[in-house]
Amino acid sequence: MDDTQTPARLAGVTKRYGAITALHGIDVALHAGETLALLGPNGAGKTTAIRSLLGIITPDEGTATLFGRDPRVAKNRARVGAMLQVAGVPATLTVAEHVRLFSSYYPHPLPLDETLRIAGLRGLAKRLYGQLSGGQKQRVAFALAICGDPDALVLDEPTSALDVESRHALWDQIRGYVARGRSVLLTTHDLAEADAIAGRIVVLFGGRVIAQGTAAEIKGRAGRATVRCTSGLDDERLRAVRGVGSIARDGGTIRIATQVPDAVVRALYVLDPTFTLLDVSQTPLEEAFLALTRTTASEEVPA
Amino acid sequence: MIARITFAETRSELTKLVRLPAYVIPTLAFPLAFYAFFAIVMGGSRGIAGTTVATYMLATYGAFGVVGCALFGFGVSVAVERGQGWLLVKRASPMPPVAYVVAKVLTSMVFAAAVVVLLCALGAAAGGVRLEPLTWLTLFGALVLGAIPFCALGLAIGSLAGPNSAPAIVNLVYLPMSFLSGLWIPIEALPPAVGHVAPFLPTYHLGQLALGTLSAGHGSPAAHVAALAVWAVAGAAAAAYGLRRDEGRTYG
Repeated sequence: MDDTQTPARLAGVTKRYGAITALHGIDVALHAGETLALLGPNGAGKTTAIRSLLGIITPDEGTATLFGRDPRVAKNRARVGAMLQVAGVPATLTVAEHVRLFSSYYPHPLPLDETLRIAGLRGLAKRLYGQLSGGQKQRVAFALAICGDPDALVLDEPTSALDVESRHALWDQIRGYVARGRSVLLTTHDLAEADAIAGRIVVLFGGRVIAQGTAAEIKGRAGRATVRCTSGLDDERLRAVRGVGSIARDGGTIRIATQVPDAVVRALYVLDPTFTLLDVSQTPLEEAFLALTRTTASEEVPA
Repeated sequence: MIARITFAETRSELTKLVRLPAYVIPTLAFPLAFYAFFAIVMGGSRGIAGTTVATYMLATYGAFGVVGCALFGFGVSVAVERGQGWLLVKRASPMPPVAYVVAKVLTSMVFAAAVVVLLCALGAAAGGVRLEPLTWLTLFGALVLGAIPFCALGLAIGSLAGPNSAPAIVNLVYLPMSFLSGLWIPIEALPPAVGHVAPFLPTYHLGQLALGTLSAGHGSPAAHVAALAVWAVAGAAAAAYGLRRDEGRTYG
């Protein structure tokens, strides 16, 4: 397979920090023209994955490539724009000065006005970075990522510090970028965000890829709600019920992850006369990831 | 391409520092104020090492000023950019790392040149310093190029120290080293013990190299250049170690 067409790829990447293994041999590829979300809770290894891809850190095993090349060489990063989670952007340069400097790193940058327009920074060109609001600062980070007109964007938690309005504005900017035929890899800990902008989701948990698929598939498996109940049905028959995601048993109590709790409960009342509903709750994020872990583990059991 | 990026990087670095009073005022004003007080008010036209105090101290306070530009411009700015993650953004971009380093060296040299020119102007105008044109030039050249090894030492501090401790560490290195090397008070006027310690300090060699251009120094210029080169290599090696060590840290 011609890897020079693949904007970003991690192949069998393992990274250890002392006794902690941040990534356990993960394989992730960003394909041309797609928006891929790396979804996972804090500490899942998302940032380590991004930093490996950008050549900031060197994997202990496996390889990271950008368009088939070693990202640790500066010129091999010229087709990629990056947005990282950082605090310390120099405060005494203006927005235009920052953008012009980063534009100079790329062979064919966008015109300054075009970058400022895409990033929603028109009218702020002469403002010192230190005088910007939080949302405006994030837009500068986005502007620095796109100013070189790169073929691929790599965004580490691009909306984590933003209010709802700024978050939606940034989503629109990312969608606009993809509409130009570019590829985007972003990390997020928010399933709703991944669902809103990504065509494909890779779920990282504990440094491993535990699930991947379209947003709809991942949502279905992670479940929006947890139905706690008792039932005489076995796992196989429960799983046959439309809308049932992962199943976990704790003594006599069964926990079912689902997108459609009402439909599942209705179906179970019909199927199982011994069915007792205990409660239905919104699945907390951590638990949704755990649900995915369980699904993965059960899939690994040979049939 | 690299030359163009280095130029853009240098311009941006200069702009950034010029707008930062916390950098500009100490690096420019302190050497000038010290020179005005110790050399012109206190020393004046009295003689030392075959020249006047005002002329002699042009070399030593020139060295003091140059070292400050390099240690603060380099050491503190690298420590801050490294500690707050800005260096990561640069490293994730296609900027060649050499452009970052060279731009910071050039920026330190521009500020060093400004300090030296201001000191020379003050010395000529108020201290009665009179030199041959060629002597002015060699003094200027020795001092400004002398910034380079201190850029390497600044980079070492910036690569090893945290963003909050770096300014304190720079001061702890800079001020005692300058005093013990005779950059504030001529080494001839200090206790003899200091004279034994001084050759182990890079600042001593820059001071003597600059004094040598006025025929007022000890030792051969080649030996001072060699000593400064050793310090530069040691600084670069320590910086390389510090930056490699960063890779193992996650910074959240």
